[in-house]
Amino acid sequence: MQDFGAAFGSAFTLIATADSELMEIIALSLRVTLFAVLVACLIGFPLGATLAIARFPGRGVLVVLTSALMGLPPVVVGLAVYLLLSNAGPLGVLRLLYSPTAMIIAQTVLVTPIVAALTRQFIEDLYGEYRELLESMGAGRGATIATLLWDARYSLVTAALAGVGRALAEVGAVMIVGGNINHVTRVMTTSIALETSRGELALALGLGIILVLMSILVNAGLIGLKASAERRAYA
Amino acid sequence: MPSVEPTRKPAPPPAAPPVPAVAVRQVAVTLDRVTFERGGKRLLDDLTLSLTRGGITALMGPNGAGKSLTLRLLAGLITPTQGRIVWDGDSPIPARDVALVFQKPVLFRRTVRANLDHALSIYGVPRRLRSARVDELLEIGQLRGLADRPARVLSGGEQQRVAMVRALAARPRILLLDEPSASLDPPATAAIEGLVRGAAADGVKVVLVTHESGQARRLADDVVFLHRGRVVECGPSPAFFDRPQSAEARAYLAGLLLV
Ligand SMILES: Nc1ncnc2c1ncn2[C@@H]1O[C@H](COP(=O)(O)OP(=O)(O)O)[C@@H](O)[C@H]1O
Ligand SMILES: [Mg+2]
Repeated sequence: MQDFGAAFGSAFTLIATADSELMEIIALSLRVTLFAVLVACLIGFPLGATLAIARFPGRGVLVVLTSALMGLPPVVVGLAVYLLLSNAGPLGVLRLLYSPTAMIIAQTVLVTPIVAALTRQFIEDLYGEYRELLESMGAGRGATIATLLWDARYSLVTAALAGVGRALAEVGAVMIVGGNINHVTRVMTTSIALETSRGELALALGLGIILVLMSILVNAGLIGLKASAERRAYA
Repeated sequence: MPSVEPTRKPAPPPAAPPVPAVAVRQVAVTLDRVTFERGGKRLLDDLTLSLTRGGITALMGPNGAGKSLTLRLLAGLITPTQGRIVWDGDSPIPARDVALVFQKPVLFRRTVRANLDHALSIYGVPRRLRSARVDELLEIGQLRGLADRPARVLSGGEQQRVAMVRALAARPRILLLDEPSASLDPPATAAIEGLVRGAAADGVKVVLVTHESGQARRLADDVVFLHRGRVVECGPSPAFFDRPQSAEARAYLAGLLLV
């Protein structure tokens, strides 16, 4: 118990003094996660919107597929990206394995289905409401999608935040493709796993506390967003 | 007049000219033996109907008669199973020439101003011309004080006014209104009726679905009475109310009086 108490004490010291190693790990975590979510949104918003309003053969299969991919096991995604990026793999020449870029790729693969599937659902509901109005105004495909994306903006931020939550907490995929290399690819989750197994509880606890705080922040953001949207009847 | 057929202009004029009070009105659109079927049911049955250019036409009839379907046909949202819709003698006119206001207004999740601005952008009005037109529309709808409020938190009457001026944004030739003042109180109804009169005075043809014979009497030049997907009777407004010819219209009007 004394060890635990000491570990908590050191953890708070690390946080309070903004320990440079702690900060480096947090910064990389945020960089990887935010970049991955950004790319996932750039792909997922238009993809989800298209699935919501377009009618083409195979659409049903794609809809089911995006929903199914939401639950992809991270370690499997990690393995697939590893095979892709490893020296023998098709993208081996890029020499990306064990780099932050590899981690961003893996997390993008994990988050894109989440963003796309949620976007499709939100946009489809809104399209049900707007369809005849937009048609009667003579809005083309582009104007229709642009209108829907903007008017669903609160919901879309929700989808992005769901992606942030997933990516921040994920450990399996980034561990495999990043390799958890000190000062290069160590993010919060992989550091916690490593430090804990080494018995270095202070850093693990410090990172754990920060991770929980971030998760609380993301959820508070979601709640605040929802309230703000409802107040304006934009929900 | 020696030459009855002057050289025809290739393109129609940009806006319908205001109709002189006593002129013979031209036909703006004709539904020619239109039938509309869904799920094996004939919802509109051999409907033939000519709407004159300019003025206000009231479309009346009991629930389920096919009034909303007729508006949606005119707006191009549905196509006839049989029959044709003929516009001014030429091919279908652009969407922005026909504006439809739904019974329950559909407003964008934006401010009142942004609703109008976005409609203009969809109609292809360049950005630099929009803000002046938006101000004009806010003025017409008496919405200046509400311009920066989210449109969907407004009262029912205010929302309906936003939907109306948004429909007028592109200066349509025909304005289709589906029970615009259903469930509104008298002042809100009066505001809507003012907008309808103003639009008609600007030369916009208005087709107004209404259940209020008082409103139809106040606004309409002529009345089309639908019953079970057919036109049962049509004619100038006072005559229709004073001397309805068909048993269906008489029963309907008598029923309205009782309510
Ligand atoms: N998409 C549709 N599919 C099947 N039936 C419909 C559809 N739209 C309208 N109807 C039916 O057509 C009839 C006329 O509808 P409508 O034009 O809305 O009547 P109203 O005169 O009250 O506006 C009603 O019986 C309605 O139930
Ligand atoms: Mg109706």
